[in-house]
Amino acid sequence: MIVVGRPDHHDNPRRRQSPARRRLARRWFRAVSAMAAALLLTGCDGPQSVLAPSSEDARLMALLSWWFFGAGALILAVTLGLLVIALSLAWRGGQSRPISFRASMVLVVSGGVVAPALAIVAVTYTGVMIGDETEGADGRSATAPTVEVDGRMWWWEFRYLDKNGAVIAVTANELHLPVGERARLRLTSDNVIHSFWVPNLQGKTDLIPGKDNVLYAQPAVSGVWRGQCAEFCGMQHALMGFVVVAQPRPAYETWLADQAADAAVTSGPGLDAFLNNGCGVCHAIRGTAADGQAGPDLTHLASRATLAAATLPNTRGNLGGWITSTHEVKPGALMPAIAPEPEELQHLLDFLGALK
Amino acid sequence: MNDIDPALDLRARRTDPIHEELAEIERTWLSPPGFFGWFTHVNHTSIGLRFLVTSFAFFLIAGLLGLAMRLQLVTPLNDFLGPETYNQVMTVHGTAMMFLFAIPAVEGVAIYFVPLMIGARDLAFPRLSAFGYYIYLIGGTVFFASLFVGMAPAAGWFNYVPLSGPEYAEGRGVDIWVTMITFIEVSALTAAVELIVSIFKLRAPGMSLNRMPIFVWAALVMAFMIMFAMPSVIVASAMLTMDRLVDTQFFNPDLGGSPLLWQHLFWFFGHPEVYIILVPALGIVTTIVVTFTQRSVFGYTALVLAIVGVGMVSFGLWVHHMYATGLPLLGRSFFQAASSMIAIASGVQIYCWIATMWGARIRFDTPMLFVLGFFAIFVTGGLTGVMVASVPFDRQVHDTYFVVAHFHYVLVGGAVFPLLAGLYYWFPKVTGRMLHERLGKWSCGIAFVGFNLTFFPMHQLGLEGMPRRIYTYLPGLGWDFLNQLATVGAFVLAAGFALTFWNVFRSLRAGDAAPANPWHAPTLEWATTSPPLNCNFAEQIVVRSDQPIWDWERTGRRAVVGGMRIDRRETIVTTLLDARPQSVQILPTPTPWPFYSAVVLSVCFFGLIFSPWFYVAGIFGAFATFVFWFLPRRRSEVI
Repeated sequence: MIVVGRPDHHDNPRRRQSPARRRLARRWFRAVSAMAAALLLTGCDGPQSVLAPSSEDARLMALLSWWFFGAGALILAVTLGLLVIALSLAWRGGQSRPISFRASMVLVVSGGVVAPALAIVAVTYTGVMIGDETEGADGRSATAPTVEVDGRMWWWEFRYLDKNGAVIAVTANELHLPVGERARLRLTSDNVIHSFWVPNLQGKTDLIPGKDNVLYAQPAVSGVWRGQCAEFCGMQHALMGFVVVAQPRPAYETWLADQAADAAVTSGPGLDAFLNNGCGVCHAIRGTAADGQAGPDLTHLASRATLAAATLPNTRGNLGGWITSTHEVKPGALMPAIAPEPEELQHLLDFLGALK
Repeated sequence: MNDIDPALDLRARRTDPIHEELAEIERTWLSPPGFFGWFTHVNHTSIGLRFLVTSFAFFLIAGLLGLAMRLQLVTPLNDFLGPETYNQVMTVHGTAMMFLFAIPAVEGVAIYFVPLMIGARDLAFPRLSAFGYYIYLIGGTVFFASLFVGMAPAAGWFNYVPLSGPEYAEGRGVDIWVTMITFIEVSALTAAVELIVSIFKLRAPGMSLNRMPIFVWAALVMAFMIMFAMPSVIVASAMLTMDRLVDTQFFNPDLGGSPLLWQHLFWFFGHPEVYIILVPALGIVTTIVVTFTQRSVFGYTALVLAIVGVGMVSFGLWVHHMYATGLPLLGRSFFQAASSMIAIASGVQIYCWIATMWGARIRFDTPMLFVLGFFAIFVTGGLTGVMVASVPFDRQVHDTYFVVAHFHYVLVGGAVFPLLAGLYYWFPKVTGRMLHERLGKWSCGIAFVGFNLTFFPMHQLGLEGMPRRIYTYLPGLGWDFLNQLATVGAFVLAAGFALTFWNVFRSLRAGDAAPANPWHAPTLEWATTSPPLNCNFAEQIVVRSDQPIWDWERTGRRAVVGGMRIDRRETIVTTLLDARPQSVQILPTPTPWPFYSAVVLSVCFFGLIFSPWFYVAGIFGAFATFVFWFLPRRRSEVI
């Protein structure tokens, strides 16, 4: 190795830390680590979080994540630690002391070949194992539901199928699943690509036109979580959310039977307002003349917790706002806003609010 | 000699005597002055510098767009940018950073420094590099202009079909995107051809392949990667153009097309693209580590193999962008292994640098500080890179802010920090002036803090379920504070970069004059004046090791090539492996025809958006300009 002297003015005199300075550093360190800890604890148990698993699939993935973070932190610390040692050696001694060829080889081979090779084996092995476990149908009972998930611009349609593939019930933006059963979700899209993602339950899978994808979801406990489209799909990609409700089998069956029934109200001034404003062209309300297919099925709108693809809580006020100023809530949404007379609007809201 | 020839304008302020012989060769290699002269320049120093200045200007604009996005995301349901504007800004930010900043910037560094490092007087096809530059300039300018007239594409930098297809992306936005891609493809391919031929055939006598500076190796690998990666995106963008303009159905599933085809073609280009940017940046890091430790790099062969390995493996891992598309698990598993194999190549490089630095008396000047910043950020980004190579982990974090954090760590840490290190390192060579040290150190420190403040919280945001490419989010999801932190960080980061921009402007006027070799570096670009002579080297040099300048200091001897003519542009041609002298190449003189060709082609490329007839017009128009470009000149002009 060639070692050439360098001009003196580049010399870095070693700086000594005074005790006061060290105290200050320690105080800083404490403050920073307290902040970091606070950060790490916020939000991890949210309704849309990878680190708050509510299914065996998500638990395995979260476990893998924690192992990754631990190993990653360790490798980062070792690598940067070696770098700091490398830098500080000569800084202290003031002289250039090259490491021996043999030691260099050990360093490069262990850090650059052996450690990454182990990482490759670990990543591939766990990837295949957990991938197989989480993507497969193992543990699916004959009675577990099959749901067609249809990605639209920009909302979700859920169609519950019976054993023969016939549609039992259609709903939108709210997916109910029985606890402990491995539901099969058939993912389709007839427009652009979307991606179905409920981080608390399962990894994401895309909905691709012309391709039939399948995803299994098996909530381990009762609960309510939020999912969201994860593939950029245009103007309102950001607010294309949905709600997932896991409930025990009996409650689930009751819910499904309710959803399968026709609308609770099939006549009256509210329905007239609905039809007169053209809502029925896009929305279906089973049991009435409204049979549009372009928008969400509203037969049981009032049973849902949210409006506008999990963007607004389902309240009377929000519903009125959504209908009359649609594009202030979601610019670019395909639904045209309507401007009914105040009285007509009240009828309409009464009617929609009664669609339990 | 006091009456200095105007041909030697760059040295006009210098007083060192100049031989008549040197003055003559400098006149031969002079780039014509003046406004109209500007369009005739072909010297690689001219063209390389233009690539760099233009790409950093685009970096500035694209960076401001990034700040605009951070402002929009600072609170939930913010309305600073509407969804339409946000999606345009997001698309232009991503596209510009990848295609208009990162690739041209590393090409610019290579075009400027490869000939100097290999001791050549110019690149092999000087007019071709000029052509490539104008194509890039015009394409990039029109692309940015589209944003300011509200016609920008809004389907993301990856432009997935069907969202970017004729049915869902009306207007001209995606057409402009596709056309701009065509420009960048052409420009990158010209640079690639140029670099490969120059590196293989124009090296100084004695500079066998195993004596090439690591940066030249990196440029060579980058050039080969461009050659193999670009055709894939050329095919993809041509198909998309045809789907949009003449109703072909390559991506329409209803008629037998496939939306996944686009993703395969795009990522077969898109993943190597990341390494096209990264590989030369790692070359810059090696260069600076060697200079600032004043040692040979440890493991030259290992480093070269690692670089070549990265280049090869990068073509075998594009599917890790598609883990969520429902491809069979077995197929994806191969790509998990291939993706994590990059860790070996990167690990070898990192540990070679550590071994080189171990116990060395390192000078902590600004370039070295940026390299140290690079270390911390790049290793972090590499580790999250191995994580996202895992199928189950990626199915959770894919298309979330975790991935946004990951690739900003890799690209800003892996490319922007080394490029800025390179800026501080080579600025004296290019301009003849030193950058201000203290400003540089502050810039590096602030940018480092700002960067981590911006992007580290994004890891957590992704894990908490925040998807990418969203213009807003709802309150109550626990994302507010981390987004605010990221926005504050973005402004700190911008302040750090702004200091460097200010430093450049300030130092151009008021910087200290730079000596020929201010850092005591070993490679040949420091063997000429700062800034370099028009002809690069008064006499071409003969090389005996990979550290020619340190050799001369030790031995006190310096061999040069004799017998070259000084009245025409000549550079020596050597054999591919051992660089034995073979012949002399006569290089072309300045000409405006590459500029005219670029203008005609640009008009026709953009015309294609409106009418397929421009295809025909383009062929004949470009042919006409090529005729004049290649028209044999009278002997006296050529010579």
